[in-house]
Amino acid sequence: MTSILQWAVARNGTPLARSDIPLLDGETFRDSIVDAVADDGKVAALFGHRTEGDASVDLYAVLACRDAAVLRVARTRVNGTGFPSLTPRCTQVHLFEREIAEGFDLIPEGHPWLKPVRFLRTGSSAPLIGVTNYYRVEGEEVHEVAVGPVHAGVIEPGHFRFQCHGEQVFHLEISLGYQHRGVERAIVSGLPLRAIHYMETLAGDTTIGHATAYCQALEGLCGCAVPARAQILRGIALELERLANHTGDLGALAGDVGFLPTASYCGRLRGDFLNMTAILCGNRFGRGLIRPGGVGYDLDAKSVSDLRDRLALALRDVGNAVQLLWNSPSVMSRFSETGRVSLETCRQLGMVGPAARASGMEADVRQDFPSGIFRFAQIPVSTGAEGDVFERAHIRWMEIQRSGEFILEQLKMLAEGSIRVDPASVAGDSLVVSLVEAWRGAVCHVGLTDSAGRWSAYKVVDPSFFNWTGLAMALRNQQISDFPLCNKSFNLSYCGHDL
Amino acid sequence: MLSILMARLRQGHRTASYPRLPPVLPERFRGRPVLDPDACAAGCRECDGVCPTGALVAGRGRLTLDLGRCLFCGECARRCTRGAIRFTRDHQLAARRREDLTLDGKEVRLAAALDEKSRRLFGRSLKLRQVSAGGCNACESDCNVLNTLVFDLGRFGIQFVASPRHADGLVVTGPVSRNMEMALKKTYDAVPSPKIVVAVGACSISGGIYGGHPEQCDGVAGIVPVDVFIPGCPPHPYTILDGLLQALGRVSAARDS
Ligand code: SF4
Repeated sequence: MTSILQWAVARNGTPLARSDIPLLDGETFRDSIVDAVADDGKVAALFGHRTEGDASVDLYAVLACRDAAVLRVARTRVNGTGFPSLTPRCTQVHLFEREIAEGFDLIPEGHPWLKPVRFLRTGSSAPLIGVTNYYRVEGEEVHEVAVGPVHAGVIEPGHFRFQCHGEQVFHLEISLGYQHRGVERAIVSGLPLRAIHYMETLAGDTTIGHATAYCQALEGLCGCAVPARAQILRGIALELERLANHTGDLGALAGDVGFLPTASYCGRLRGDFLNMTAILCGNRFGRGLIRPGGVGYDLDAKSVSDLRDRLALALRDVGNAVQLLWNSPSVMSRFSETGRVSLETCRQLGMVGPAARASGMEADVRQDFPSGIFRFAQIPVSTGAEGDVFERAHIRWMEIQRSGEFILEQLKMLAEGSIRVDPASVAGDSLVVSLVEAWRGAVCHVGLTDSAGRWSAYKVVDPSFFNWTGLAMALRNQQISDFPLCNKSFNLSYCGHDL
Repeated sequence: MLSILMARLRQGHRTASYPRLPPVLPERFRGRPVLDPDACAAGCRECDGVCPTGALVAGRGRLTLDLGRCLFCGECARRCTRGAIRFTRDHQLAARRREDLTLDGKEVRLAAALDEKSRRLFGRSLKLRQVSAGGCNACESDCNVLNTLVFDLGRFGIQFVASPRHADGLVVTGPVSRNMEMALKKTYDAVPSPKIVVAVGACSISGGIYGGHPEQCDGVAGIVPVDVFIPGCPPHPYTILDGLLQALGRVSAARDS
């Protein structure tokens, strides 16, 4: 337990000098991660960075230690072709290690599940997307169902392999990478002008979440103080994003069990929330709103009252539509006990957001590592216990109510003043961790700057990165016909995962 | 049951009166830009290097804006103090030819309808298979939203279907990531001829914000032939709907500059 004390301590959005980040030997690095995770810590990020001169790769880890309300950062150096895999001792890092293997041609030795993550066409291999050694269950009555990349609905591409015995799913393997478009690489080596737009499109439905994480990182490095009014507007936009998506998800869940009234009402109401975001900035997804140093648009008194009225109406209608779900025995029986994920599994996988809270994990960046307006205005954390489809739906309903109250409250006392300041120059040779509780869960960005203050690495961890495996676990021993329902109850991002 | 009926009453009728009435758009909505090259002063560099995608080209007496690349971020209009670039709230942006998407401050070339034969075939019933290929899922969301009761796509005889075999054409979103190239080709091949392809969003037209990345193909047109281009990042649902209806000859453009 002592080794964790060697790690540098960071706060959300506050930079560290790179020279303050300890370089640990591999064993100490790994042991301390295992200890911290056993102590309810979470691996928020683990990524590689080629050292100058390309001789070796540094692995950086960011641990989110909720108990102590601190982030811890350390690194270790890998020389040669590989390193002992940590995954057998700490499941949370399984995908991070696969990512490092793919991006840096390093082998995490002893990794139990070493396959491509995004089927990158760089490095020594050029794998064909979707072609990998899928886990297989053999036996006379076992069959395999393969779905995707092009799915039946209007959704993103991904490949799913079900190992089934009759209707029962023994195992689901999810293979992604189809949406890979090289964003992390481009943030470092591409046009700086494009950076904010990359952030707004990391996952289009999480425009506010990712753009806020990026701006927070940048502002930390510039030491710039974002005006209070801008912080509030960002908070309002973040919660509107949550409202729109949660409402849409509840409608989609209703649709998946054939309960059309709620499906159609929520479909409309989701649009109403998106249109409220468009009142802020002209775009339904919040494009153009979050900008380094503040926000791109102010809200005048007329829009404030317009927004308040519309929000109150929409919240009332959502309540009306959602109550129908809880009062319909046919819906409840389909939702209950379907696709359960235990708290233990959640912890092991490092799951985040509503999906983790539905299983009883009380993690929420807005409470644990608050930044911006959430330092002053707390939103109570909603948790469930059962971890089934019902809980994942119900958490959304609780969060809708709390986010709604939060926005109404904030609109009442919108601080006066400017909405944007000019970020000064970016601190060189620094590392910054930026966390935001987006609607799917914690968004984590880690930026490393070189001596001139340019990005030398930028790591994005979308909540879906952790939760896709949670979906796979939820399907175990379920009927394959429950897949759409389970999938909707997570509603994960492909592009956020694929980057 | 009673509570369901009560809820139905309370939720009311929500389908928009479009296309009979013009769509209701947010006040700050950035629709079709209008250029006035005459307002540009010689040697003015205000909009130099502000465009993240190279959609805007200015200088040497020329001012053009490629809707196929534009993210509608509005940054160029914000920088220009002479009013040479301004964004209107016109949602109609679609075009049938790629080159028609480039605005130069002169005439705007409208999205013409498909040829007579295609219109006869698809005009009253158009089944589309959507292929998402490397974007950010915002265009997909705004395609999906057309199925909600606000837009009620079905009333126009247009429907998204599950299989390319059942489809009359494709709606493609995203820049076409290298990892989706083959799947897009295969899906296209699986659609029976005659078929149409609609590219929705800046990514699908030019690669958008990802233009030039080696991980993608700079849009759909290099992979399969495109019949309708619908710009935007993402396009407003009304822009998408308008593009589809224009192609079918079901609405006409009412544009003023
Ligand atoms: S609005 Fe379009 S043309 Fe203008 S800067 Fe943004 S992307 Fe470029």
